[in-house]
Amino acid sequence: MTGPARAELSTSLEHLVVGYVIAGVVGIGLGALLWSWRYLRDATSPYVYFLYVLPAPVLVPAAMTLFGIGFTMKVVLIAFAALWPTLLNTLDGMRGVDQVKLDTSRVLGVSPLGSVFRVVLPAAAPQIVAGLRNSLQVAIILMVVSEWEASSDGIGYYIVNAQQSFDYVGMWSGIIVLAIIGIVANLLFVAAENRALHWHYGARAVEGTR
Amino acid sequence: MNVQGHETTPAPEPAADTAGTPVVSLRNVRKVYPGPVRSGGHGGPKVALQDITFDVARGEFACVVGPSGAGKTTLLRTLAGLAQPTSGAALFEGAPLRSVPPGIGVVFQDYGRSLYPWLTVARNVELPLRVRGVPRAERTERVAEVLGSVGLADAGRGYPWQLSGGMQQRVAIARSLAYRPDLLLMDEPFASVDAQTRFELEDLILRVRQEFGVTVVFVTHDIDEAVYLADRVIAISKSPGVVTEIVRITLPRPRDQITTKADPAFARYREHLLGLVMHR
Repeated sequence: MTGPARAELSTSLEHLVVGYVIAGVVGIGLGALLWSWRYLRDATSPYVYFLYVLPAPVLVPAAMTLFGIGFTMKVVLIAFAALWPTLLNTLDGMRGVDQVKLDTSRVLGVSPLGSVFRVVLPAAAPQIVAGLRNSLQVAIILMVVSEWEASSDGIGYYIVNAQQSFDYVGMWSGIIVLAIIGIVANLLFVAAENRALHWHYGARAVEGTR
Repeated sequence: MNVQGHETTPAPEPAADTAGTPVVSLRNVRKVYPGPVRSGGHGGPKVALQDITFDVARGEFACVVGPSGAGKTTLLRTLAGLAQPTSGAALFEGAPLRSVPPGIGVVFQDYGRSLYPWLTVARNVELPLRVRGVPRAERTERVAEVLGSVGLADAGRGYPWQLSGGMQQRVAIARSLAYRPDLLLMDEPFASVDAQTRFELEDLILRVRQEFGVTVVFVTHDIDEAVYLADRVIAISKSPGVVTEIVRITLPRPRDQITTKADPAFARYREHLLGLVMHR
């Protein structure tokens, strides 16, 4: 790849990483908050649902008027769109934690806050990770889409720009690079997942043989 | 009562070797669940426990037997401080049980649900010590000690789900003993293991309660198991939950799976309790 193309790529990846990390942290945090605070959950659930079903790309114009066309707009858009799968999976996973596991932690003397970190989060982890995986896909889509309109850099911009200047080699290269980004991101994700959830897959494999 | 040749003292007298307050006292405990929420629209509120009164003395092994639906699990949750009685009082070492006190250990029936699969065996056992702020060196020592006591000295590094069912329940027992509780509550702990393992675990629990000097309340639906283990058997009847009789078991200790169960007195206790549980 040529020099400028590499720069486009690193800009996009920066948006992706920052946006995705924010989505993950906020998604798990808000999910846990909604789980622990029932009134908040009841009060916000229509809004959460509304935002969840909204296709995030339609927010590009709104995000542009609010945040301009720079770094902030793209990161906010990626984070916002990628937030929901993680948030809803966190909430759902935490609500599904076995009562016996919670009773056990009370009996063992674990404090309520301690049990969130020692029991609820690990028990909900398989589902939270499933949410994070969805969020990653959404984040990659939004990384590209946020660069299509009114942008001057990034891989999405590069592809659209190449197409408009009849540079089909450039356009296809961009698309292939995107596919490679997707594959690498997924590989990294799966490696991290296998490491974090090895106990889950181990236990499931044993269950299967019994 | 008709158990000939043995003094079956009726009810709440403390055991012989005891001084002072009972470890556990239930006074007219009643527990009612609001209907629609729990019983799936089956009309009115559901009475799980009608009126339960008994004491358990320090060092005693008490078994609670009753048919399913008699409120045994509700009773155990009340004893653990996990559920509050609707009326009446549940006392642990003289103080009302408003939450789970640090001196109580609980072994649940389903080890698969109560052990934490993301922690190794040693970390599972260590957890109650960790949250109590026990220093690291002492933690390691105590984990090794209790795992040794339940015959799992070498299993610490593995995960619970790599072990057989009986061994997993040993881990749960070790974890509940690690912080040296005064009272150990067990909710049908051996109901999901095979018969052979069950006998081993029964003998194990008799040995470790001696070793750790812990008072045990053991809930079961198995009369043989109750008679074999207990100093006293508390029989409760099917809904509404009331204590039908408290039978003192004077079979000699140490007990043995073969000779104790061959004792004619064992058969008499068994017959008497079975009559109580089945005909009410």
